[in-house]
Amino acid sequence: MTTTAPTREQREAKLEGMGCKRKRVEDVRFTQGKGTYVDDIKMPGMLYGDFVRSQHGHARIKKIDASKALKVPGVVAVLTAKDLKGVNLAWMPTLAGDVQMVLADGKVLFQNQEIAFVVANDRYAAADGAELVEVEYEALPVIVDPFKSMAPGATVLREDLIGKNTGAHGPRKHHNHIFEWVMGDKDLTDAAFNKADVTIKELFSYHRTHPSPLETCQCVASFDKIKSELTLWGTFQAPHVIRTVASLLSKIPEHKIHVIAPDIGGGFGNKVGAYPGYICAIVASIVTGKPVKWVEDRIENLTSTSFARDYHMTCEMAATKEGKVTGLRVHVLADHGAFDACADPSKWPAGFFNIVTGSYDFPVAHVAVDGVYTNKAPGGVAYRCSFRVTEAAYCIERGMDVMAKKLGLDPAEFRLRNFIKREQFPYQSALGWEYDSGDYDTAMRKVMDAVDYAGLRAEQAAQREAFKRGETRAIMGIGVSFFTEIVGAGPSKNCDILGVAMFDSCEIRIHPTGAAIARMGTKSQGQGHETTYAQIIATEIGIPAADIMVEEGNTDTAPYGLGTYGSRSTPVAGAAIAMAARKIKAKAQMIAAYKLEVHEGDLEWDIDGFRVKGLPEKTMSMKDISWAAYNSPPPNMEPGLEAVSYYDPPNMTYPFGAYICVMDIDVDTGVANIRRFYALDDCGTRINPMIIEGQVHGGLTEAFAIAMGQEIRYDEFGNVVGGSFMDFFVPTAVETPKWETDFTVTPSPHHPIGAKGVGESPNVGGVPAFSNAVNDAFSFFGSTHIQMPHDHWRNWEAAKKFGLHA
Amino acid sequence: MIPAPFTYHRPKSLAEATGLLVDLKDEARVVAGGQSLIPIMKLRLAAPDHLIDLAAIAELKGIARGATSITIGAMTTQAELINSSVLAESVPILRETALQIADPQVRYQGTLGGNVANGDPGNDMPAIMMCLDASYRLVGRAGARTVKARDFYLGTYVTALNAGEILTAIDIPVPPAGHGFAYAKLKRKIGDYATAAAGVVLTVSGGKIQTCAIALSNLADTAVAADAAAKAVIGTALDRTALSAAAQAARGVMAPAADARGTVEYRTDVGGTMVKRALQAAFARAKG
Repeated sequence: MTTTAPTREQREAKLEGMGCKRKRVEDVRFTQGKGTYVDDIKMPGMLYGDFVRSQHGHARIKKIDASKALKVPGVVAVLTAKDLKGVNLAWMPTLAGDVQMVLADGKVLFQNQEIAFVVANDRYAAADGAELVEVEYEALPVIVDPFKSMAPGATVLREDLIGKNTGAHGPRKHHNHIFEWVMGDKDLTDAAFNKADVTIKELFSYHRTHPSPLETCQCVASFDKIKSELTLWGTFQAPHVIRTVASLLSKIPEHKIHVIAPDIGGGFGNKVGAYPGYICAIVASIVTGKPVKWVEDRIENLTSTSFARDYHMTCEMAATKEGKVTGLRVHVLADHGAFDACADPSKWPAGFFNIVTGSYDFPVAHVAVDGVYTNKAPGGVAYRCSFRVTEAAYCIERGMDVMAKKLGLDPAEFRLRNFIKREQFPYQSALGWEYDSGDYDTAMRKVMDAVDYAGLRAEQAAQREAFKRGETRAIMGIGVSFFTEIVGAGPSKNCDILGVAMFDSCEIRIHPTGAAIARMGTKSQGQGHETTYAQIIATEIGIPAADIMVEEGNTDTAPYGLGTYGSRSTPVAGAAIAMAARKIKAKAQMIAAYKLEVHEGDLEWDIDGFRVKGLPEKTMSMKDISWAAYNSPPPNMEPGLEAVSYYDPPNMTYPFGAYICVMDIDVDTGVANIRRFYALDDCGTRINPMIIEGQVHGGLTEAFAIAMGQEIRYDEFGNVVGGSFMDFFVPTAVETPKWETDFTVTPSPHHPIGAKGVGESPNVGGVPAFSNAVNDAFSFFGSTHIQMPHDHWRNWEAAKKFGLHA
Repeated sequence: MIPAPFTYHRPKSLAEATGLLVDLKDEARVVAGGQSLIPIMKLRLAAPDHLIDLAAIAELKGIARGATSITIGAMTTQAELINSSVLAESVPILRETALQIADPQVRYQGTLGGNVANGDPGNDMPAIMMCLDASYRLVGRAGARTVKARDFYLGTYVTALNAGEILTAIDIPVPPAGHGFAYAKLKRKIGDYATAAAGVVLTVSGGKIQTCAIALSNLADTAVAADAAAKAVIGTALDRTALSAAAQAARGVMAPAADARGTVEYRTDVGGTMVKRALQAAFARAKG
């Protein structure tokens, strides 16, 4: 029997490195129901907490009587703001520089606001107790409309801010005003509008919705009185940030706080912030000396923790009659609810909304965002998008369509005329960003060819005629969307959260046998980090991905990082992986040179080890180097093979893509049938094409939901309408359209492996594609803009408004 | 989402169940598949002290074909309706409707009896039972009686079922061979109640509609029969005028609530559209 040496291809394949459609290693446990989520954590003597929540949108609390609740067998304690004041925790700071009530202090400002925390021996007793806490309210006038909130005589919502004319982000113009954030050159922009041939002005309201992950927000807090140590398991997208904030708030030294994020069932931005449930569980554990679990139910999740959007954008655009854009002016009224709990980098109260110039070469632009309070749940998180980027993309992509219509140009053609050209990168945008790389023209044309765009437009014209003749009751819409994301927050020069710079980290330790463990500052909530991170290491240092364990979420063992949101894991932590791997590779090269008795410079890298240049049979594999690193390192070299990298990115990354949506709307029912959806994404270097495709499918499905019906709506009395899965639209496989995916590859020039991030692109680009398709269908009948969500009855209303029922 | 405390009973016979119901009076509710009652108990909108589960009562299950009628036990699940070859052959509208109820998980648990006895206008089967002119067998300790589906629904969650009575079976007259049928249901997504829905059962002879029954789901405070609409198409070949007249007549008996599914105006209008579409589908399927 003879053994043949593996071929280069076999050695490459064995690594399962970058570019490989490697199956997700985490799915082995997830698909068997063997994941460990917060609610799987059970400890001896553990207590359970449940909230008493406000029935009113705005009311003064006259009295809270917990006496009946305390008589329920099993109820241990009932916490109210009065109790929290004793430990100075009735209010907590938000990530946005505001403060938020942990438990209602004097009044409630939104329906389902937390009023009291009932702690009991079991979950049932806690719920029974919560039912019996009597709260006496005095109803106050409710404001749910951000436009009315800023009216001169509007009711004062935040009495704690009376007399404070300056907030965390500068002057406040009104008692319900939070901040004004301005970017760009106003004078130059005004001048561009003054000499423009054509201008448009349109209000694009992006409705309030919610990330609604499958697993809600939850935690278990366990305070050890003997050691004075707090262990906190929770659904944390950013566990280290939670540890630091918990230390600052509780005054427990940071080394005595152990924050652990176990498996997480989806986040989408919902699990970035700190919520009253976490604080109450911690306080309850300190008070009772027992572990305390808090688990949100679905209604609580939808109505109290972290909504998204609620951005009301007045978009003005200027252009020449030939169809070149010359200026952009946007004003946003941003509804942040009762407290500004927006999860953005601290100096960016409107996130990266200044990406609103999109993929187009606007010479000048000006944007102003006014944040306001209303009697709605607090938050303003980035729901599967980088900070306020999906709002910005929606604004510019609707604006481009409205302008194209006014100019009499096809929306795709209008975009092609105005794209930033490949040779303009790195490109300085009028609102202050430096786009790293892009080839928009190629991407757009590739998609147009794939769907036969000209053919679709011809078919649409024919269908319109058939509709007018009464042969069909459906109208056809074609939605074009081209987006530029801005992800990978972020460079410490402009990004921090409560003063913590937004770097990320990786520690790689190679074991003597050539296997490895990598620990990360990020935290997967389903993204597949355990799979993809190992692939980066495999390619960088030639260890098979299958031999690498990736560990995240335990702040005692993981290097400090800022977590996973805003598509930052690959751009920031992915870079840290490459940098740590390269440190290891450099040491490995020294070891190999010593062992092969050559100079380091005589070695070259070859898939899974080093070989001597010109002598291909003289090689040393990483596996052998690993053993040597521990057991026979060169003289004067420390044994071991490990490295840590903290990566502070020099710039953001700018993924982009071109999407086209084709739909038919039944004018009699308003039902929109998505006939085709073609999505091309360019996320730079592609690490695992299968996972990218999965990410795109998931993001498009969420975009479909948001555009076509998903909404957190309030009535005028401040009641949440549809705050459960009975009404809140989460599409099933039946409603979800078929997705066609495609890609181009334009690597990021500043990222060590050229990767840009992809998880959120489909939500950013998807929402305008759907909305543009609906609007396109009605545009031929006199419509300029129809607000989202485009659910059945609103489509029917539009059909009625434009006379299509006659 | 945690229900108030309750005592769980699992009687083995109908007599035991009706006895419990009488003894426990208002504090007790019977539960069939639990797909409506359990969710509202979890929201604490219902908080019965006693829950009497009918799942272990064998006599409440099964599908029996008689000479002119079919009897379906109240505890027969939607999945069992879907998988019944007898029903597929004789009363295919049951299968068509059951397939539009929620999702497979719900249909394996949810029962026909629960669906029709609940009194929620959003349930789909009551309108179908009206179209088929079905009767419900109601059994209490005092004895048994029969009430027609058309007379059973008095208001939202209010039915002809008396305290202490259990709906045990549904008797359905077998519609003539070759009849046309359809259940047209507009909903936002799988698992949702109807925005508007219409059931139609009709017969055709010589190209013209001979008999017709139409009933609506979730368009009033109960399922509601649209008799004037049915009358408007009888004797016609379902031309445009007849269709419009039927839709208009059906809209006359609708009184939907405005909710997240849409305004009253919208739900009423699409209710008429569902009537049209159900009529067209039923007419196309009918032989004769």
